[in-house]
Amino acid sequence: MTDHILLMSNISKSFAGVHALRGVSFDLYPGEVHALLGENGAGKSTLIKIITGVHQPDSGEITLNGQQIHLANPLESRQLGIAAIYQEPSLFPDLDIAENIFVGRQPTRAGGQVAWSDMYREASKLLDSLGVHLEPRTKARHLSVAQQQMVEIARALSVQAKILIMDEPTSSLTLAEVDDLFRIVRQLRQAGTAIVFISHRLEELFELADRVTVLRDGAYVDTKLISAVTTDSLIQMMVGRQLADLFPKLAVEAGEVVLQVEGLSRDGAFQDVSFELHRGEILGMAGLVGAGRTDVARAIFGVDAISGGTIKINGQPVTITGPQKAMQLGLAYVPEDRQHHGLILPMRISYNITLPILSEFAKQGWLDTDQEQQSAAASATQMEVKAAGLWQRVRELSGGNQQKVVLAKWLATKPRILILDEPTRGIDVGTKAAVHGLMSELAAQGMAILMISSELPEILGMSDRILVMREGRLTGHFSRAEATQEKIMLAATQAVEQV
Amino acid sequence: MTTQPSTPPRQSIFLTLARFREVGISIFIVLLMIIVSLRSPNFLSLENFRDILLNISILAIVALAQTMVIITRGIDLSVGSMIGLVAMMVSFVVTENQAMSPWLALLLGMAIGFGLGCFNGFIITAGGVPPIIATLGTLSIYRGTVFLYSQGTWVNAFEMPQSFKLLAKGTPLGLPNLVIFALVIAAIIYYFLNYTRPGRDIYAVGSNPDAAKVAGIRVQRIIFMVYVISGVLCGLAGVLWASRFEAAQTNTALGFELQTVAASVVGGVNIFGGSGTVSGVLLGALLLGIINNALTLIRISPFWQLAAQGALILLAVIVDSVILRRLQQTLSVRKTA
Repeated sequence: MTDHILLMSNISKSFAGVHALRGVSFDLYPGEVHALLGENGAGKSTLIKIITGVHQPDSGEITLNGQQIHLANPLESRQLGIAAIYQEPSLFPDLDIAENIFVGRQPTRAGGQVAWSDMYREASKLLDSLGVHLEPRTKARHLSVAQQQMVEIARALSVQAKILIMDEPTSSLTLAEVDDLFRIVRQLRQAGTAIVFISHRLEELFELADRVTVLRDGAYVDTKLISAVTTDSLIQMMVGRQLADLFPKLAVEAGEVVLQVEGLSRDGAFQDVSFELHRGEILGMAGLVGAGRTDVARAIFGVDAISGGTIKINGQPVTITGPQKAMQLGLAYVPEDRQHHGLILPMRISYNITLPILSEFAKQGWLDTDQEQQSAAASATQMEVKAAGLWQRVRELSGGNQQKVVLAKWLATKPRILILDEPTRGIDVGTKAAVHGLMSELAAQGMAILMISSELPEILGMSDRILVMREGRLTGHFSRAEATQEKIMLAATQAVEQV
Repeated sequence: MTTQPSTPPRQSIFLTLARFREVGISIFIVLLMIIVSLRSPNFLSLENFRDILLNISILAIVALAQTMVIITRGIDLSVGSMIGLVAMMVSFVVTENQAMSPWLALLLGMAIGFGLGCFNGFIITAGGVPPIIATLGTLSIYRGTVFLYSQGTWVNAFEMPQSFKLLAKGTPLGLPNLVIFALVIAAIIYYFLNYTRPGRDIYAVGSNPDAAKVAGIRVQRIIFMVYVISGVLCGLAGVLWASRFEAAQTNTALGFELQTVAASVVGGVNIFGGSGTVSGVLLGALLLGIINNALTLIRISPFWQLAAQGALILLAVIVDSVILRRLQQTLSVRKTA
């Protein structure tokens, strides 16, 4: 091969004291597709953001074409010929395709007049060279995700990008669209573009990539030729760490079935999801981000409508028309994004906790605030919320304490079925252990818990049984005894035949 | 029916037209004109149209300024106060300098507006204050300055030089100067928004601010610019206002900001930014002018006029958004292979 186009060595980056990358190295040659692989949180995104100039490394060197560079912002990186395409395209919905390609550097005539005809002609040429048949006058808001990505690729071509970074470009595409995309990627590789390709679908890497670099927990694992690895060895590289014995799950005899889901579907989100949840059980739901787990939880809780399937609670078929109804049926859902869906940040702790059960304290339309305070205090104590007082605004609490408030809020509704979506994401180890302890205790008291988590150790350590989802379908079902990180990862990343 | 996949489907003229944002409001204007002219034949007279055009010219100029601000996801609530302040200051100056050229007065007004717009832009970009708050503040500051400057007095018609009064009303080109001003400004803004990079950047910033930044557009500079443009055009409008009404009062153009927002929104400008056209806004201003005019002509009780005006504006927006946007969506042809 020729010389490196990009060489990154010993890159470290931490955010607020947490290491996102530790001494990571990455190299890239012109005309290769280099896959970047790792679990959620392994540091792929941070590495990409350093290449694109969004973040600056704390230490380490970046060399581009043999010259050491320092990227202060995305614009500099773009001017050096680095372009990135993200999972969610970032186009201008109100502008047409041609202008989206040339925005900020539209061709002009003498006197600075924007030359629309030149722009449309150039745009057509670019799109044709990609083999994409789009009318350059179409507004971007009318394009599908796949079409928007094509426009972004055309934009990258128009600036003669030497390095093209594609961050999970296939995650929202159909199979035919993926084929189209791959055809274009190969064409670019042929033309000498260096491509960094991120995907969780291992089979795609084998089809497309030349080399693969694996990251784990922010550290560099290895770089290999794709011909030198197998699915198994890749998964081994991704997960190969020891299971910390942090998880205090008490053994509980599972009771009767409290929640039964059969053939649940929601168009465009998930299909044919069936499972049972028992009293006293923690059912783990593993999978990659975007596999449809949250969609299932939201559908069961009545936030989103379902397009097919049935839900039974305690053996009775139910129609859950909305969260209100779900709460009446004894369900509680603790969403993943507590800042947006779980809490009202400017409001005090006590009001947040009692929000779902306010009607219990209402007498002829007036709130019995004393009773409300008592109830809030009881829940907060149970959850060991650390705060100056219940009057404190939730905004001022740490992430871990915020999560405890969310849990306290839902426990106040005295649910029998608790759905937890990423219950310990972004909170410190101590609080994590406290949350895990509480979950175990609740299960022992007979609560049924459905826990969605992207952290394999948490899944393996806390769950009695484990479900795995991939692209909107259940692809694995393991008992606590038979589950391993490798099995779960395989089910989460590669289609397992299911008939 | 056979289909040929390689050629786009044939569309009727109506459907082709419907893809343009301005069709909805045009239809509404025509319907309104038919109804009004049935009730009041005077409506269709040339003289009445001249009246309507005269009445909406200043509105059109300021609504176009407001449109540029709204496209960047902002709003300029201080336009009425800027007009009032400029009208007052320039009127004082021309009253004391009777021989002053009206064109110089116009430049003076635009210079004052430039300063006021810079102040707005500075608070919003450098101060990081949301536009609605920043201009709500300057709305009061600028209006308060009118009182301070004039000490509560006003300038009357007999104090103003004749040449100044003719600035808006003279008809050397057939149409009143005021209407010509509006047309020229509209043409300039049309060119600016469609054929210059800063003009295109306004749309990009409003459509996706983050992407605009990554695309190398200096977002803050563009935002600053639209408030300055708004100030300059309000300066121009303030001078024309004083000339047309031959007076400058402390309450000149009080509440005008709401009319400019109404004209923009009725004209299809997206209140959340990113889109809006000059032709749409001109039609929006025209519709507001026709509504005002018609309500008087067909003798709607003055007690009802304001409410009727509001109802018609809502109706126009609903007709446009509900019916036509839906039609547009089904028509947005995706040409894929």
